[in-house]
Amino acid sequence: MWAFAVKEGITVPKNLKQLVDSPVRLTAGHRLCPGCGEPITVRQVLMGTDDPVIVANATGCLEVSTTIFPYTAWNVPWMHIAFENAAAAASGLEAMYESLKAQGKIDADANYKFVAFAGDGGTYDIGFQALSGAVERRHSFLYVCLNNQAYMNTGVQRSSASPLGAHTTTSPSGRTSVGKQMVQKDLTECMVAHEMPYVAQSIPGRWRDLVGKAEKAFATEGPSFINVLAPCPLGWICDPADTVDIAMLAADTCIWPLYEVVEGEYKLTYKPKEKKPVDEYLQPQGRFKHLFKGDEGAQMRQRIQENTDRKWEQLLKKCGEA
Amino acid sequence: MGKVMPLEGNHAVAEAMRQINPDVVAAYPITPSTEIVQTFAKFHADGKVKTNFVAVESEHSAMSACTAAAAAGGRVMNATSANGLALMWEILYITSSLRQPVVLTVVNRALSGNINIHCDHSDAMGARDAGWLQIYGENAQEAYDNCIQAVAIAERLDVRLPVMNCLDGFLVSHAYEMVEVEEDQAVADWVGPYKPVMPLLDIQSPYTVGPLDLWDYYFEHKRSQIEAYGPAKAAIIEEGKRFGEAFGREYGLMECVDLDDAEVAVVALGSTAGMCKDVVADLRDKGVKAGLLKLRVYRPFPAEEIAAALKNCKAVAVFDRAASYGAACGPLYAEITSALYTSGLSVPCTNVIYGLGGREIRPEQIADVFDSLNDVKSSGQPAQPVSYVGVRG
Amino acid sequence: MSDRVYAKDAGWKDMAAGGVIPQAGNAVEYETGGWRTFRPVRNDEACINCLQCWIYCPDDAIVCEDQTIKGKPYDLEHCKGCGICAKVCPVKCIEMKTETDFQD
Repeated sequence: MWAFAVKEGITVPKNLKQLVDSPVRLTAGHRLCPGCGEPITVRQVLMGTDDPVIVANATGCLEVSTTIFPYTAWNVPWMHIAFENAAAAASGLEAMYESLKAQGKIDADANYKFVAFAGDGGTYDIGFQALSGAVERRHSFLYVCLNNQAYMNTGVQRSSASPLGAHTTTSPSGRTSVGKQMVQKDLTECMVAHEMPYVAQSIPGRWRDLVGKAEKAFATEGPSFINVLAPCPLGWICDPADTVDIAMLAADTCIWPLYEVVEGEYKLTYKPKEKKPVDEYLQPQGRFKHLFKGDEGAQMRQRIQENTDRKWEQLLKKCGEA
Repeated sequence: MGKVMPLEGNHAVAEAMRQINPDVVAAYPITPSTEIVQTFAKFHADGKVKTNFVAVESEHSAMSACTAAAAAGGRVMNATSANGLALMWEILYITSSLRQPVVLTVVNRALSGNINIHCDHSDAMGARDAGWLQIYGENAQEAYDNCIQAVAIAERLDVRLPVMNCLDGFLVSHAYEMVEVEEDQAVADWVGPYKPVMPLLDIQSPYTVGPLDLWDYYFEHKRSQIEAYGPAKAAIIEEGKRFGEAFGREYGLMECVDLDDAEVAVVALGSTAGMCKDVVADLRDKGVKAGLLKLRVYRPFPAEEIAAALKNCKAVAVFDRAASYGAACGPLYAEITSALYTSGLSVPCTNVIYGLGGREIRPEQIADVFDSLNDVKSSGQPAQPVSYVGVRG
Repeated sequence: MSDRVYAKDAGWKDMAAGGVIPQAGNAVEYETGGWRTFRPVRNDEACINCLQCWIYCPDDAIVCEDQTIKGKPYDLEHCKGCGICAKVCPVKCIEMKTETDFQD
C-alpha cells in the first residue's frame, strides 16, 4: 500500500558534529523575532537531507520575514504563491519535476526533495483542503506545519490549532471569557486518517527528535507530514530565551506528545520520565495568565488537564505503551 | 496537410493539447469545460501524451499547481469556466505577475448567481484586470488554432505572460463542426520546445519566487509587468502570421468584415460574431453599408487599431455578452468608447447587452440593431447608451 | 549595498522580471545585530563544544569552524540576543550581558 524505504546507510539521525557541516539553507539576516521557534525548526528540518531541496512556503511569518525584497534568506529554490496553497504549490513543483525526470530532461539519479512550510493557519484552516488533496494524490513531498497555535503574522488571531483556554486577539480573555472555548483540532490524527506513509509530531526543542523525523520523512516515498509545535514569544507572551524550554515542557506535560506513525504503526518517540502537570507549561506563558485568576480560570485549567490526560492515554494505547 | 474531421469545440481543444503535449496539466472539472479535461485524461490513460496529469481537488489548487509547475520550469496547460475561473481569481493575478506562461482554455459561462451553466462572457470579463492575455475564438476551428498559438505567444521570451483561450460555452464547446486538425509533428514543430526562464528546478541557481514587496518596490515590479503588454500585442500578430504561413489560416488582433466603407457597424466577441457575418452579408445585399468588427484579442486591448477600424463609421453598436454591475455600461463598450475618445474620435456608439446566461441571440435581433443604427445615422440624434436585447419585461 | 542586493533606488528596468530575487541568500547582508538588548558572552574555557547552542540558535549566529565553536566569536552582525543559547547551555558558560556594557 505504501512505499516507504529509509535510504541505506543513513544514520538516523546524524550527530551534531556531522550536522555542523550541513550547507546553510536558511541564512542569518532574516527578520523573524528573537527567539522565534520557526527558524529553529526550519534549520533543523532542512538538515534532514543532503539532497537538493526546493521549498514551497505559505504566506505567514516565515515567508514574510525571510523574503523582504530585495533580501532573501533562502539558499535553496523557494516559492511563495499565497496563503492557503503551500501544498498545491508543492504539488505543482513536484509534478513538473516528475514529468521532466520521466522525459529524461532531469537526470534519472536526481533526488530532489520538496518541502512545504506553512503555519497552523495555512495548514489547519485555510490550507487544509490543499494539504488533504496533495496527500491523497500521493505527491512525494514533506509538509511541515510550523504550529504556533494562532495566526501570528496578522496579530495573534485564533486558529483551529489554538489550544483550549488560550488568549488570542479573536478569542481574548475578558470579564466574561476565559479565552478559547474549543479544544484544538487534532490535525495530526486527521493526517493519520489519510493513511499516508509518515506522520509525526515534534518540537524544535529536541533536535534529535526533529532532525531524525525530518531524515525519515525525506527518505519516504510519497507524502509525509510533521506537525511541529513552534513557540512564539510574541504571541504566547513569554521570554524569547525560553523557546526551547517551553517546547520541552509541552512534551513533558504531554500536552504535545512526540510521536510518529510509520505506515499506520504508532510509535512514541519521547516518554517523559515524570509526567508534569499542565500548569507548569501554562505558567510561563502570558497567553494563559488569565487562567490563574479566579474560579473559571481554575476550571479551564482542569479541563485542559483532563483533555491532555485523555489524549495521552489514547495515544499510549495506540503506541502499545499503555 | 491537416485532416478535416467533425469535432466539438471541447474536443478540438483537447486535440490541440494532445498535440502540444505539455509537461503538466493540473485541472478540475466544471461545466462546460469538463470534456476538455476528461478527453485529455483519456489521452493520458492511453499513453498518448507524456503529460503529468494532476487531478487536483479544486480550481484554486489547479491554478496554484499550474503556476508552481510553470515556475519549476516546464509547459503547463489547464481548462475551466465561470465559477472555476472565479475561484482561481486570487491566483490569476499571481501567475501573470510572476510572468509564468500558463495556457488556460476558458469555456465562457455565466458567473453565479443564480447558478447558470450556459454561455456568457462574465467569467473572462470578470478577470480582465488579472493580467492574462485573452484571445476569443468564434468557432471550433478557431478554438483549436488559438490554443496552439496561445502556447507560442505565452512562451516567447519577449512576452512570458499567461494566456486565456476563450470559446463560448455550449455554443462552441458542445457543437460539432468540421475542424481541420493539423499533423501531430507539424504542431509540435510549430510550437517548438519549451524555453525555461529562471526555473526553480535549476538547483545551481536558487531563485526566490514570490517574495514580499513593501511600498519601496511593488510599484516598480508592477510597472515592469505593464511594459510587457506592448510586445505581447506585437507577438500575437507575429505568431498569427507565422501560423498562417505554416497552416494557411492567418490570424490577427481582429477580423474586419466590410468595415472599410461601412456606415453602420457592430462589434462582437466570440460565436455571435459568426452570426453577425451572416447579417452583414444580408444587409449588404440590400444595399446597406453594414460592417462588423470581430474582436479576437481582448487583452492586450488593441485600442489604436480598434479606433482606426471604426473611425469612418456613422454609428456603431458594441455587443456585450456580459454586464458590469454598477458600471454605466458593459465592459467591452467601456473600453471601445475609451479607445475612440483617446483617438479624438466621436463616433456615435451604443451598447447592446445580450445573451446573459445563454439567452439566445437571433439574426433578426442583430438586424434590428442595425436598423436602430441606421436611425441614429439619419437622425443625427445621439445613440442610446445602453439597451438590452432578448430579455423579457 | 553590494552587487548582491538591488539598490534602494533601483528602477523598474534594473530588476529581474516577475519580482524574483535572483541573488540567493543575500539576507546575510542585512544586519539584525542592532536589535540586541542583551549580548551573549561565552566563557571559552568552560565551553565543552557540545554544540547545543549552535543547533538551537534561530539566527545561525553561532560561528562554527572545523566542528568547533570554542574560541570563535558570535556573529554579532546578526545575533538578536534572544538568550536561547545561554538557556540551553548544559554547563552555563554563556552569560547574557546588557548590550550597553559594550562600546562596539
